[in-house]
Amino acid sequence: MTWTETLRTAWDAVRSHRLRSILTMLGIVIGIASVILTVGLGQGAQDQVKDQISALGSNLLIVSPGSSTSSSGVRGGFGSASTLTLQDAEAMDDHVAVPDVAAVAPVTSSNAEIDTSSTNWTTSLVGATTSWPQVRRRSLASGRFFTAKEVAEGAKVVVLGPDTAEELFSGPTSPVGQTVTVGGTQLTVIGVLASTGSSSSGTSEDDTAVTPISTAKALTGASSSSVSTIYVEARSGQALSPAYQEINALLLNLHDVTASSPDFTIASQDSLVETANATNKTLTVLLAGIAAISLLVGGIGVMNIMLVSVTERVREIGLRKALGATPRVIRRQFLVEASLLGFAGGVVGILIAAVGAEVLPGLIGQPVSLSALATAAALGTALVLGIGFGVYPASRAARLTPIDALRSE
Amino acid sequence: MSVVHLEGVRKTYRSGSIEFEALRGVDMRIEEGEYVAVIGPSGSGKSTLMNILGCLDVPTHGAYHLGGEDVSTMTEAELAHVRNRRIGFVFQQFNLLPSLPAWRNVELPLVYAGVAGAERRERAVAALERVGLGDRTANRPGELSGGQQQRVAVARALVTEPDIILADEPTGNLDTASTNAVLGLLDEVHASGRTIVLITHEHDVAARAGRRLTIRDGLITVDQVVPAP
Repeated sequence: MTWTETLRTAWDAVRSHRLRSILTMLGIVIGIASVILTVGLGQGAQDQVKDQISALGSNLLIVSPGSSTSSSGVRGGFGSASTLTLQDAEAMDDHVAVPDVAAVAPVTSSNAEIDTSSTNWTTSLVGATTSWPQVRRRSLASGRFFTAKEVAEGAKVVVLGPDTAEELFSGPTSPVGQTVTVGGTQLTVIGVLASTGSSSSGTSEDDTAVTPISTAKALTGASSSSVSTIYVEARSGQALSPAYQEINALLLNLHDVTASSPDFTIASQDSLVETANATNKTLTVLLAGIAAISLLVGGIGVMNIMLVSVTERVREIGLRKALGATPRVIRRQFLVEASLLGFAGGVVGILIAAVGAEVLPGLIGQPVSLSALATAAALGTALVLGIGFGVYPASRAARLTPIDALRSE
Repeated sequence: MSVVHLEGVRKTYRSGSIEFEALRGVDMRIEEGEYVAVIGPSGSGKSTLMNILGCLDVPTHGAYHLGGEDVSTMTEAELAHVRNRRIGFVFQQFNLLPSLPAWRNVELPLVYAGVAGAERRERAVAALERVGLGDRTANRPGELSGGQQQRVAVARALVTEPDIILADEPTGNLDTASTNAVLGLLDEVHASGRTIVLITHEHDVAARAGRRLTIRDGLITVDQVVPAP
């Protein structure tokens, strides 16, 4: 009996028990679709993080304060100390001492409620210097950014993120030239930033308000010259490593600390991507593991139905044997039938995953990227599951003796 | 040379500690072109004999030569090939596959014989025409009467041109009219030169055969040649 014959026979059997075949496949369908979608979600999240981080600028180093230790000995986390100052930033901007640094942007950040005459909105208030747009790769949709003079004077001006501008001034009039109030101080809106295009919820780069760093200090009442973060742009991608060394040496010297207990951390974009991906990977592996279990359950479903099918078709098996089917042919027939169920379930699962990949991002706000490799692997798994869980029922069918099989009612 | 040659065939069934000897030393020869009826009450060993003749089971003792081949020592796979080549079965329950149209039921033995698709279909349709069902090739068994279904089964038994046709109570599930039609068909098949072994417990069915073997308590008690009427 040829393979085409076997395939035709298996197809006839699958088709003649349509409802049962569909229900059997359902386990595989759900398993395959969930594996592909979970892996796709994980991949999508990784891609998104990568995009967001590279949107920061590929030559970027981020200097954050180290941890603080309170008088009672409680140690805060990274960034809890206020060891970075404007003076540090100025020192880094020295082209002689730190030749590989192109630009430095010290930043303070806090949350602030912004009021207009009609509404209010709480957002992150960023205090920055004139180098901020260059270092953070931001441009303006309308208006202008503040000048060095305005930074020096602590001018009452603000540049709004596009989402913030939308929340505060929903009307057709341009926000530029309007005034907003932060903590009782009136600020003039002088510009609106262009959108970064990243749509991650929660920490949108588009929902922010940027003022001169001096103004931000006055608004939040911070008297010291400490800053939250210093963004440093290296001259090029190759200069990233030397820039890192130079800044590290400079800050160790300035803060009078040793390399073994620094009071600051310097992160590059790569290290951020790595950290974010490690977290994502753990989650993806966990979810894919759960999905794989559902796939396994689907496979057991196939075995269950194939066993039922063998019992139910004892007469058919007996007849086929009487007509000349060898045990091997019978075994092959049931194996092919089981793998056909697995394969068909896999194909339908992939179709559902493809539809899910189109629909899901709109529903949950997370991108899903399907990879050809994961899809092919899923299809292979479905086939292997069908074959694997078909072996036992098939050998049971093959072992039936024709008289017992024919005699059964 | 005899088509069927049994020598001292014994068959013992064992269930637990109880042994039951269904055949207790059967010797028989069936020549080519014979129409033999094996008659006996239930429990006489006639089903066991049918299973051994059909190579569905092997004797515990004794030898069985079918068409000159010793089948009593063959493996299961070898027996499957012998059944496929040499034996055409007709069962009481018809045993047609309900999901397949008549012609695909008939071609089934040819599938296992490895005959190519186009030739299979041609031969299956020819066999159906021979049993008078040339216009029913595409019907499924459910769409045919009992008598028609048994004619499909006869066509399936004929399609491989086997050495013997083994009919086990072929009319047991049929009304009188269908019984006569199927027996008439077997007469025709015999007339065309084929060897038929018919197993039955009804004397009027057995009366169609030219030779009657009566089996009782695992032994053949009467071997009677009936002159053609």
